Amino acid sequence: MALDTDTVKRIARLARIHVDEADLAPLADELNNILGWVEQLEEVDTDGVEPMTSVVEMVQRLRADEVTDGGVRDKVLANAPESDDGFFVVPKVIE
Amino acid sequence: MAKLTDLTIAEAGVGLAAGDFTARELTDAYLLEMEASRGLNAYFEETPERAREMAEASDARRGRGEASGPLDGIPLAIKDLFCTEGVLSTSSSRILEGFRPTYESTVTQQLWDAGAVLLGKTSMDEFAMGSANITSCYGPVINPWKASGGDAAGKDMVPGGSSGGSAAAVAARIAAGATGTDTGGSIRQPGAFCGVVGLKPTYGRCSRWGIIAFASSLDQAGPITRTVRDAAIMLGGMAGYDPKDSTSVDLPVPDFTTALTGDIRGLRVGVPAEYRMDGTPAEIEALWQQGVDWLCEAGAEIVNISLPHTKYALPAYYIVAPAEASSNLARYDGMRYGLRVEGEDLTDTYERTREAGFGAEVKRRIMIGTYVLSAGYYDAYYLKAQRVRTRISEDFKSAFENCDVILTPTTPSTAFALGEKQDDPIAMYLNDIFTVPASMAGLPAISVPAGLSADGLPLGLHLIGPAFGEEAVLRAADMIERAAGFDARP
Repeated sequence: MALDTDTVKRIARLARIHVDEADLAPLADELNNILGWVEQLEEVDTDGVEPMTSVVEMVQRLRADEVTDGGVRDKVLANAPESDDGFFVVPKVIE
Repeated sequence: MAKLTDLTIAEAGVGLAAGDFTARELTDAYLLEMEASRGLNAYFEETPERAREMAEASDARRGRGEASGPLDGIPLAIKDLFCTEGVLSTSSSRILEGFRPTYESTVTQQLWDAGAVLLGKTSMDEFAMGSANITSCYGPVINPWKASGGDAAGKDMVPGGSSGGSAAAVAARIAAGATGTDTGGSIRQPGAFCGVVGLKPTYGRCSRWGIIAFASSLDQAGPITRTVRDAAIMLGGMAGYDPKDSTSVDLPVPDFTTALTGDIRGLRVGVPAEYRMDGTPAEIEALWQQGVDWLCEAGAEIVNISLPHTKYALPAYYIVAPAEASSNLARYDGMRYGLRVEGEDLTDTYERTREAGFGAEVKRRIMIGTYVLSAGYYDAYYLKAQRVRTRISEDFKSAFENCDVILTPTTPSTAFALGEKQDDPIAMYLNDIFTVPASMAGLPAISVPAGLSADGLPLGLHLIGPAFGEEAVLRAADMIERAAGFDARP
């Protein structure tokens, strides 16, 4: 299942990472190299084996549905690339 | 008297309690050494003012007779992956440039509550992805050890990774101990490369809250120290249930130092056939045998075991970890914190921000992760890898029916020169071949310095225990440490 440059372009779009046209082919080679190497997993018989969901045998913990945090607007905004009047400022998304 | 910075955490604790020196004096001694060792690039951010304040507060507590335990007044380095309030926490990535959290990770908060002193933040492989500490946005960290002979003689060596800055700092005596995190070997492999102890606890033992996420089902915090006893002391400060991490486990935290009895008579030590791999240097095989002999002479029973799926752990890891990373790192979108690079529109802004903010290895893993989770490939790659992971876990479960701990080498080589292996991702991944299986099964494991290579570089032995079996792991590691008498210094 070797990846071609179109597939790499599609993955880059899904991952929201810009890749220059010229870098697509070398990146495809790198990814194919890694994917080729992991294909050895096909040798393992996993019929009837459940996929791992938790390494430690534990029951999912539930907590009371209570507010324990909040009221920290300025802390939330403290590292924003751009903020104004208590809001995040983001690029315009509606024409 | 020995230099203050040569004291172990345990020794420094005794000196502080006896009033031989103050926490302020101990901290000042470290701050001075840190300045002299800046060439190693282990710290990217030193926090001398905060360190002195914390040390003085510790001395004041002690003066009132309120010293809180063995970590009170002990100066520590903190890996960049831990969020520390008001102090740069960047995962050594451009995308988090300038990020100063407004909150404190649970593990570091527990250490400060126990009286420990923050010396500074240590550099790491970007987002903990790497085994040589060469992908940090702050530049490579240099291992304080140098090869005395061979091709690498005189060259700068890598400290291992991803917790390379922490391991280098502990080895260079510019921190009494350090926090690390281990996803596939990131505490143990740099521990081995720098000749220090690195302990990865059982998954769930330490809270992950406030630790910048890489692969959530594998990430676990642990100590990097100069002795096994120090690792036991630090783990006691770091471990514990945290309501803010639903995967942290609600078990009592024992005094781990009581496990160091020096008596391993009857302990069953498993030696897995599958860890004898082609291409492992003879000196590493020999050290492994030496470790078996040491434990045997101390009264342990040696058991030959089989972990049949060992060779599949690494390829399975390179599906599971990138898959989780691609999800975790989706949060870096340039909107709420970190870097933003303006583009033509919103999507272009996301894409330009992530292109500029992430390094090559991080992008590679996000791409792999995105692909193996994408429609049509999820079953073939991700579910298959998680099934193989179940197999690996079953291997360990059946092995632990016949043994109490497992002994292996930590790494298939010593530290290598800066610049080697950096063009071939898979060659770099193979550094973790002995450490990844325990990670995939969530098991506790430790690397203990046990000898030097022919070229004068440290080598580690690796002990793996069953889930929550830290005490058996520490007891056996303590015995290796006693037998090896490793007192070489960089």
